[in-house]
Amino acid sequence: MQIQKDINDASRVINDIFYWAFISPFKGRPIRIRASISEMVKAGYNSVPIVSVISLFIGIILALQAAYQLKRFGALVYVADLVGVSITRELGPIITAIIVSGRSGSAFAAEIGSMKAAEEVDALITMGINPVRFLVVPKLIALMVMVPALTVLSDFLGLFGGFLLSVTLLELHPVNYFQQTINALLVKDILTGLIKAWAFGIVITIVGAYHGFKVEGGAEEVGRHTTSSVVASIFLVIVFDLFFTALFYFFT
Amino acid sequence: MENAIEVVGLVTHYGDREILKNISLSIPKGKTTVILGGSGCGKSTLLRHLIGLLKPTRGSILINGRDITVMKESELNEVRKKFGMLFQGAALLNSLSIADNVALPVKEHTRLEDSTIQIMVRMKLDLVGLSGFGGFFPSQLSGGMKKRAGIARAMALDPEIIFFDEPSAGLDPVTAAGLDELILKLRDVFKMTIVVVTHELMSIFMIADYVIMLDAGSVIFSGTLEELKASGHPRIKMFLDRQAENENYNPEDYLKIIAGE
Repeated sequence: MQIQKDINDASRVINDIFYWAFISPFKGRPIRIRASISEMVKAGYNSVPIVSVISLFIGIILALQAAYQLKRFGALVYVADLVGVSITRELGPIITAIIVSGRSGSAFAAEIGSMKAAEEVDALITMGINPVRFLVVPKLIALMVMVPALTVLSDFLGLFGGFLLSVTLLELHPVNYFQQTINALLVKDILTGLIKAWAFGIVITIVGAYHGFKVEGGAEEVGRHTTSSVVASIFLVIVFDLFFTALFYFFT
Repeated sequence: MENAIEVVGLVTHYGDREILKNISLSIPKGKTTVILGGSGCGKSTLLRHLIGLLKPTRGSILINGRDITVMKESELNEVRKKFGMLFQGAALLNSLSIADNVALPVKEHTRLEDSTIQIMVRMKLDLVGLSGFGGFFPSQLSGGMKKRAGIARAMALDPEIIFFDEPSAGLDPVTAAGLDELILKLRDVFKMTIVVVTHELMSIFMIADYVIMLDAGSVIFSGTLEELKASGHPRIKMFLDRQAENENYNPEDYLKIIAGE
């Protein structure tokens, strides 16, 4: 059965990733720090421009959309609340996760997939090097750190976008807007967003690695699995978002 | 004669298709053994089983008397430290320089000082005739040089057994002959057990001490090079004389084939 085999493969990849990332370091097989840092640069630092620009625009758009409704009730100052809460709780983490899925998730699948096609993964195994420890764990560490970090950036720039629009076009007083945002936001809002971002990082790495290791054969397979890895990771990010949002709604 | 590898009753499947049909063979220690056969006879599959990349359906593979098919991954990794393998496309890691590729197994399996590792890497690169190429990346090297670098990496931990998958595939005759000479040097100088999978006749006559021939998933010959030349087996004769396989259809069968029935 194909589905049975897929589930089997996926659980083996997940099992391996968690073993080599969280258990084996305590058994004297340390994580490759330098590779992790280089992955952080590739996945995190290099996505700073795109995350910044998109978050800024989303903040502006959100403020515009909020103003469209709120000005009918003469409640324009509540734009700050709406932008603040929806950016930190929802849009910051999800926008970041979608950008990282598109940039890094696909890169992971393509990198591991083409290494599999060129027998490089087999070469690692014959050298007695576990490919999950060597290739995937640094990426996991990188995304577990960088997706929350990028989310913080995204939160700030999203809020700044809303602020920018409100003080110019909507003619709200900057101090008022700032005060209103501070009052609306709870530490809880930002924290739940960051927990979600952390989980999204894990999801994106696992999906990318799973699709990469599934490649058998040549270049066409690499392309196919890269595409499915992006589709699957965006889908799973949304599924996990639903799950966490529901969880936080009932338990915080 | 002592055997480095012994295969007993090996049966393997790819999906439902049976690739190796109950084969048994032994590979002598300190010699160059060539595994020979036409395309699709299962020789690459056999090699992948010998290095523990695939698990067989049945049968056992004894390396220095220990069965690798029943080993756990951690035990298998210990055995693999005594292996070197040159893959068909060399399989160097493209993200690392040549020197880092050669250093990789040493860094992973030993706790040597970095300066010591650098010296080891330069020694191995010199051995395969690539002195001064340590800083290059795999994409900057020619096919023959990549294979030499692959050999240097396979030699990094001074293995007891070294495997070659089609070493001369895709190389011009001069480069291929150079590679064959390198293989001979490894055997003579380091007394290593060498296993070469190939179908290049020229290489076979140059490097082989012992020949195993596979055909359609079975062993049809194993013995020395002289015995191979003297063999009267029709498939071996066809192989050595480079005869094409005759495909005699009668007209009716041919019509059926092209009509897709």
